[in-house]
Amino acid sequence: MVRFGAFLVGLFFSGWLLISFIMGAIAYVTEPASPTAEHEFHLTPKHVSFSFDGPLGRYDKQQLQRGFQVYKEVCAACHSLKFVAFRDLAALGYNEAEIKAIAKDWPLKTPDVDPATGEISTRDGVPSDHFPKPFANNVAAAAANNNAIPPDLSLMAKARHHGSAYIYSLMTGYKDQPAELLRKFPDSKTPEGLYYNPYFANLNLAMAPPLSMDGQVTYGAGQPEPTVDQMAKDVSAFLTWTAEPKMENRKSAGVAVLFFLIIATALAYMSYRNIWADQKH
Amino acid sequence: MSFPWAKEYTPKAPVMKWIDDRLPLPRFVYNAVGGGYPVPRNLNFFWNFGILSGLALVIQIVTGIVMAMHYGANDLVAFWTVEHTMRDVNGGWLLRYAHANGASFFFIVIYLHIFRGLYYGSYKAPREMVWLLGLVIFLLMMATAFMGYVLPWGQMSYWGAKVITGLFGAIPVVGEPIQTWLLGGFAPGNAALNRFFSLHYLLPFVIVGVVILHIWALHIPGSSNPTGVEVKGPQDTIPFHPYYTAKDGFGAGLFFIAFATMVYFAPNFLGHPDNYIEANPLSTPAHIVPEWYFWPFYAILRAFTVDFFFVPAKLLGVLAMFASILLLFFLPWLDTSPVRSGNYRPLFKKFYIILLIDVLVLGYCGGAPAEEPYVMISQVAAAYYFAHFLIILPLIAKMETPLPLPGSITEAVLAKHAGDDGLPVKDDEPAVIATGDETAPQPAA
Repeated sequence: MVRFGAFLVGLFFSGWLLISFIMGAIAYVTEPASPTAEHEFHLTPKHVSFSFDGPLGRYDKQQLQRGFQVYKEVCAACHSLKFVAFRDLAALGYNEAEIKAIAKDWPLKTPDVDPATGEISTRDGVPSDHFPKPFANNVAAAAANNNAIPPDLSLMAKARHHGSAYIYSLMTGYKDQPAELLRKFPDSKTPEGLYYNPYFANLNLAMAPPLSMDGQVTYGAGQPEPTVDQMAKDVSAFLTWTAEPKMENRKSAGVAVLFFLIIATALAYMSYRNIWADQKH
Repeated sequence: MSFPWAKEYTPKAPVMKWIDDRLPLPRFVYNAVGGGYPVPRNLNFFWNFGILSGLALVIQIVTGIVMAMHYGANDLVAFWTVEHTMRDVNGGWLLRYAHANGASFFFIVIYLHIFRGLYYGSYKAPREMVWLLGLVIFLLMMATAFMGYVLPWGQMSYWGAKVITGLFGAIPVVGEPIQTWLLGGFAPGNAALNRFFSLHYLLPFVIVGVVILHIWALHIPGSSNPTGVEVKGPQDTIPFHPYYTAKDGFGAGLFFIAFATMVYFAPNFLGHPDNYIEANPLSTPAHIVPEWYFWPFYAILRAFTVDFFFVPAKLLGVLAMFASILLLFFLPWLDTSPVRSGNYRPLFKKFYIILLIDVLVLGYCGGAPAEEPYVMISQVAAAYYFAHFLIILPLIAKMETPLPLPGSITEAVLAKHAGDDGLPVKDDEPAVIATGDETAPQPAA
């Protein structure tokens, strides 16, 4: 009885799936899905190498400081970094006094409540503050940016496939819409106020090219030339750090843990062989 | 209950005797996983995955309890508290990555454990109850994992919750009220997040309870083994401790090496980037996909694209997805072959390999976007999945001529070592052949 019932259920599900398959296959052949511009012109991020690649890779503190400078001078005007605090910058090699100065001189003031009147006010930042947000709320952010809300960047390097390479590619990927795209998809012309970038999911984004010319940011002495390519790499390294600030601890701990585990497992294997030596199995 | 030749617990330390006389817990443990549990001598490494599943459960409970100390189950702060754990809690990144990857590793070992059972016929009499309780654990795990994935309140958390609770909305008439009732609102929100957290904390302990029943049920007939031939006498078994504790210790070492490699060097490899974006009810992700361990079931859900008369395709998909797991509860009565082990079932073995590939294909399609050709592939693969369990297995049991079974476990072991000149099988106790095990399978040929 169980097997007869099962047979009928199996026949129903399998049969209906095969019928669905045949109908789908007919539709697939007779009315092939029309390709979209996103499908044909979207690119996966460029290959780019960083000091933190690989299981033993570490951050380059000089690069993180340069990337921080790019964030401060270029990105911070629109993009928040709300999960990161000024105190976290110690990991970039800044000392306590430098961090205090960075927090105090940060162009955006930290929101607070006036201790005397209780009215909403702002004050200078202190190291324990998180980076202040450039806009009071999403409505203000959208109003100032052609209706697109600039996303928070704290986790950007983990919130996209191939995060670090994605940020670098997006920064350096702006260009004119290819003529071939317009020929094949005349309706896909980049709308007014948006910018074409093949690394962006739907090809057109509201952010104007943020790194538009070499030397936009002035790097300190002994640092590489601030070309667009270099700045893009640096800011993408910095944003990888903001997304994964504990990466170096994680990798160092991982090496020690694996070292311990391999020895422990070798010992476990030897005791297993030893205990089983008198047994056939 | 155990075999008559099981060693009896004799406490050596006076304190253990004192405890054992008043509460026989030491005796209980000794008989469950100590020297008092005789186990077939021929278990291979596929028998490690039961213990490893228990280990994964413990890892999840320990990391989960500590993480709950830093988590806020409120839709306004949940994402923030998780980031706080990652950044500002001592070792918080380790806890979270261990917990997230621990879920994946739990499913990896559970799937290996289930497929071990499927191949060696571990679900057959007299172990049906072990199998059924195992499936209950599997269902509880799936519910726990799903609710746990909602807690970080990222984009995939939110939209996953919306899609999965939306499945109940496919039920005619009462579907939408049920969905609203489950969520505590019309869409996932604080009410849903709070109850998911509550249940996510509760269910692992329910799992612990069912695991105890699972092991209890296992100890009634004792462990199965790769030959599928029942234990016939003391020469077929060895005590669980030290033999299998040593073997499991080595297996646990390998498990930890694989686990640590993921946690420390590729912690986000198995996750989805969209879950690092805060939940936003106004922005739907391009592709909503569950975690990898649900992909085969997700593929079955999406394989139904055509309405069956008045039954909408979506409802069919939901029914099929639940059926794909529920049918496993009937497996002991669908596969009527008296031979347990796939090693002695040539025809079964072929279809088993097809099933294995089929489930991997379903998994691949479930993770892919709902586009052609993935939908067509998952339709064929899902059709085979149902046919395999509901049609093919019962037929194979009728048609197949199994290979001759060894007379006993010891005979099989000796045959394997026929060419060796090593030590003889240890049988210092008198062999007890034919212990009246009438349920032992006999070859049909």
